[in-house]
Parts: sequence; C-alpha cells; structure tokens
Amino acid sequence: MIAIEGLCKTFGETPVLRGVDLRVARGQSLVVIGGSGTGKSVLLKCILGLVEPDAGRISIAGEPLGPRHREALFSRFGMLFQGAALFDSLPVWQNVAFRLLRGPGRLTRRAARQVAVEKLGRVGLGPEVADRFPAELSGGMQKRAGLARAIAADPEIIFFDEPTTGLDPIMAGVINTLIREIVSDMGATAITITHDMSSVRSIADRVAMLHDGVIRWEGPAAGIDRSGDPYVDQFIHGRAELLP
Amino acid sequence: MRAIAAVAAPVAALGRGVLGGLAATGRFAIFSAEALSHILRPPLYPREALAALFTIGWLSLPVVGLTAVFTGGALALQIYAGGARFNAEAVVPQIVAIGMVRELGPVLVGLMIAARVTSSIAAEIATMRVTEQIDALVTLATNPMKYLVAPRVLAGLVTVPLLTGLGDVIGVMGGWLVATQTLGFNSATYLANTVDFIEAHDVWSSLAKGAVFGGIAALSGCYFGMTSGRGAQGVGRATKAAVEAAAVMILAANFLLTGVFFSV
Repeated sequence: MIAIEGLCKTFGETPVLRGVDLRVARGQSLVVIGGSGTGKSVLLKCILGLVEPDAGRISIAGEPLGPRHREALFSRFGMLFQGAALFDSLPVWQNVAFRLLRGPGRLTRRAARQVAVEKLGRVGLGPEVADRFPAELSGGMQKRAGLARAIAADPEIIFFDEPTTGLDPIMAGVINTLIREIVSDMGATAITITHDMSSVRSIADRVAMLHDGVIRWEGPAAGIDRSGDPYVDQFIHGRAELLP
Repeated sequence: MRAIAAVAAPVAALGRGVLGGLAATGRFAIFSAEALSHILRPPLYPREALAALFTIGWLSLPVVGLTAVFTGGALALQIYAGGARFNAEAVVPQIVAIGMVRELGPVLVGLMIAARVTSSIAAEIATMRVTEQIDALVTLATNPMKYLVAPRVLAGLVTVPLLTGLGDVIGVMGGWLVATQTLGFNSATYLANTVDFIEAHDVWSSLAKGAVFGGIAALSGCYFGMTSGRGAQGVGRATKAAVEAAAVMILAANFLLTGVFFSV
C-alpha cells in the first residue's frame, strides 16, 4: 500500500534520513520507533509533502506520490498530530467535521454536525463537548477530539504522530486502545511514530526502528523482544548505556 | 593579509546583507503574487472572507476614527499657528482638507492597520504554524494559502480603502470642529471652502493608496506568520518583523504613489 525507497533528507549539514526503505501493506498498522531527533517526524512529513525529500521514492498503491497524487491521498487520509493541532477559532464539532464541511462532497452543516457528534462518541466524548472550543478541553480530550477529526471521513490511511505524548498512563492506554479498535474496525492502513513502548505493544502489527537515518530493524510486533538487535533491546528496555 | 581581511570583512557583511534583503524581497513578492492569484481562483471560502472583513474593517473603525479626528484637529491648530506668521490663517480649511485626503488620511490609516491588523494576523498564523495547525489544514485537503491568506488579503484590499475614505472625512471634520470651536471660523464657510478645494483626483488617489496599504498590511502579516520560526520566540519575531516591514513598505509605497499621482 505504502512503499518508501531510499528516502534521504539533510537539513543544512546534518543528514537526518540517509536512505529509508519501508513497506506497509494494506490494512496493516506499522509503528516506527526511535529515539528523539532520529527523524521520525521528518519521515512522516516527507510522505505528506510537508518536507521535500532530497532523494528517494514514495508510492501509494503503486502510484508515485507527486503533488497531484498527494491531493488524492489527502482525500482519503486522516492524521492525529502530536499536540492534536485543533483549530483554536472553531468549536470542536467544526474541527471534527472540517473536511465534511468543505470540498466537492461537502455535507450540510446539520448532517456534518451529526457525523461529528457520532465520531466524538466513538472516541468517548459526549455531545456536550461539540460546542466547546479546543482551549476549553483538557489535553486528553483534545487528543480524543483530534482522533475524532482524523477518522471523521472514514479514511483508508491514518497517521498517528506521538499519540500518547504528554498524557498520563491511563489516558495513554485509553488512546492506544481507541487507535487499535479504530484501525481494526475500519481496516485502515496506519503508520504511527512513537517512543512509547506501551503504544507499540497496543497498536502495532509490525515495528520498524529508525536509527541513524536508516531503518535499523523491522519485524512483527510480537517479535520485538527477540529482535537480537542491541539498539532495539536498549530502546525497549530504556537502558542508558552508550552503544558503539 | 590580515589587513586585507579586516577591510574585506565589513564589505562582505554588507554584501551578505544586501543579498539577504534582495532574497527576502523576492520571496515576499512570490508569496504576494501567489496570494493574489488565490483570490481570483476557486475554491473560495466565503465564511472566512466575511470573518476577515469584519475583523479588519468593522473592528478597526474606532481606532481609525480616533486617529483621524485628533490628527485633523491638531493639523488645524498647526496650520492656523503657522499661517499666522504671514497672515494666511484663512487657508486652514484647504490645507487640512488636502493634507488629510492626500497624505495623512491614507498613511495614518495604513499605519494603524499595520499596528492593529498586521500584528494580529502574523501572531495568529505564526501560532497556527508553531502548533501544526497549518500542517493539519494540508492533511485535511485544504490549501492554507486559500483558507488563511486569500480571505485576509481580500479583506485588506476591500476594507482599508473604505476606512481611508472614512478617515479622510473624520479628519476633515476634526479640523472643522477645532477651527469653528476654538479658532473662530464660520462653519458654513469652512465646509464650503473644503468642498470647493478638494478634487475628485484627490479622493480617488486617497482610496487607491488605501487599497495598496491594506494589501501590504495583510500580506505582510500573512507572509511573516506563514514563515514563522519555532516556539514563542518565533511567533514574537514574526509579529515584530511583520509590523516593521508593513510600516516601512507603506511609507515607501506612499512616496512612490504620491510621485505617480501628483508628479507635476
């Protein structure tokens, strides 16, 4: 479904991605792990076209991803941002229904609101939240509202950028469970980037570790504890020693 | 060798500064052209455009009105005092009118819009950039240039000429108020002299200046907001740079437009 070959990106003198190769099958949930500053967010932004890669090829369903195909991608795409990235100036329901209120297949405001309330319910938020503004919600509620926005148009592809960062362990568990349920129920293809191992174990079908600008290890989530890679072992156990 | 380096260093720094300035001007020009082209190409976002018209136009009325009335009043006092030196106190209505309509009205309205609107646009869009809201717009299949920039630039182009026209009238009336209440001018004569002296050319040049200044103010806020750096410091720098650039561009454009409209 999503194929990345030889993706490179350098900022100034610093190479961040040095030839990333990744494949995600249709309906699969891939989690990319890696330490802070290893280029996980840059990888996502390259796929989204928010950062222009220096080299490499990205294709979706066999089609190379150019500006025109990217528009088509976004029409069947959802994303949960690290800080939720809800629009401050719009009430929660308009955030969730943003895509449904605009574009060629837009719904009436009444119908869009109905869908928004339904999606908010899907992530455990009641209809009373719909008319509040994002600034009036807690961090966990904002994350849930962001998740509702990501799934509002029933996307085929969903990206999750650090979905549990800044949440307490209970709320992080709730978000992880919701993501897993949504991905399974909708049959969506998902890429998640995180350094939270509880997210990895909850969300992932497959795991890839990004280290030093390349995919250092990739395998099924169930096999991560037996990867045999010292960097993966260090990451999942949070050991502080320096590796060569 | 060291002496040559010491002499060359400031020249190199000057060259870097000039090249940087030219590059920044080019980026702003490309951004402006793209923004203006989006006003003319669908899809348009009428709700966002109406909100921008309200914020930039209607909510700027108090500050524009107060600025104009005090400036018109002060201008009347200055011209009366200055004119008294060569027995020319009677020209107060004409000079207030021409000063307000040709110069002070559009320039002061432009600068007040730069202070009020440019800063607010830059801070809002920069905060959206920093908090990934602009990235979110892209992933929701919405072009930020169309959704955020085009409505604000359109509102600047439409409302600032109207505000300028209103500022001209209020400024002239500020002069009238001071002249009739404190300087002993006859009300009807003052107004008749004002209306007789102002020409259509003065009015439309004032409105044209207002449109250009409104466009500059909105474009500057949008450009620096969209290109903001990270964090609170990035937002602060973007806001400061937007207001400074807008003010300088408005004054430079005023000089050029005055040359175009009134060159003898």
